[in-house]
Amino acid sequence: MELRPRIRREADGIRVELPPEERALLAGVAEELISALEDDAGDSAFRRLFPRAHEDEDLEQEFRELTAAELVSGRRRSLETVRRTAMQDVLTSEEADEWLRALNDLRLVLGTRLDVTEDFDWDEYERHPNAPDLALYAYLSWVQEQLVAALG
Amino acid sequence: MSTFVAPAEVEVEQPSFHEEREADRPWVVIVWNDPINLMSYVTLVFQKLFGYTLEHATQLMLEVHYEGKSVVSSGNREKAELDVARLHAYGLWATMQQD
Repeated sequence: MELRPRIRREADGIRVELPPEERALLAGVAEELISALEDDAGDSAFRRLFPRAHEDEDLEQEFRELTAAELVSGRRRSLETVRRTAMQDVLTSEEADEWLRALNDLRLVLGTRLDVTEDFDWDEYERHPNAPDLALYAYLSWVQEQLVAALG
Repeated sequence: MSTFVAPAEVEVEQPSFHEEREADRPWVVIVWNDPINLMSYVTLVFQKLFGYTLEHATQLMLEVHYEGKSVVSSGNREKAELDVARLHAYGLWATMQQD
C-alpha cells in the first residue's frame, strides 16, 4: 500500500500533516538547539555546523571574519522559523526551506553526538544505550526526507 | 633630511610572474562525504544553489557518496568563498583549494 506523503506540495503551499505531539516535539528540539548554540557554542557536537573552508590558517581566519556572523544568525533564523510555524498546516516555500535547513542542523548535531556512521545497524538500535536519541534522529530524518520530496 | 620623506630610490618588491600566475589559478570547491546528510538532500542543495539539473546534481552527489568527495564549483577566490559559505549554511561539508 502506498501511503500519501505527510508533507506535500499543494496549490496553497507546502502542506504538513503531522499530529500535534510531533509538532510539539519539533518545536521543542528547535528551541533546545537555539539555546544550546547561545550557551555553549564551543560544544564539539557543533563542529559539523561550522566546518573549515581553508587549510591555510590566515585564509581561514579571513573567511571566518567574513562569514561566521551570518552563518550563526542564519542557523538561528531557521530554527526560530520551525519553532514559530510548527503548528501551521501550510508552509510557504521560504518557511519550508528554513525547515529543511533546521532539520539538517538538528540531525548534524544529534548525529555527531551519537557518532552515527553510514553502516550503523538500525536493526539493533533499541538495545543501544542512546535508543531514544537514535529514534529521534531517525524521526527527524524521515521528516526531512518528506520535505525534500515535497520541495524537489 | 626629513624623516617623513621617503628616499627617492625605494626598492619595491615586484610580484614575480610566478606569483601573478599563482593568484590567477582558479579555486575549486569540494564537498566531502559525511554519514549524516541525506543523499536526496545533498542533490536538492546542489540544484538549489548552483541551478544544476537533477541529473547533474545527482551525479555530483553520487561522486561525493562513493568516492568521498566531488568538485562542485570553481572560480576566483571570492566566488569560491561565497559558494563554500552557502554550502555551509545548508550544512554541507565544503572546503576550497587552488586547482
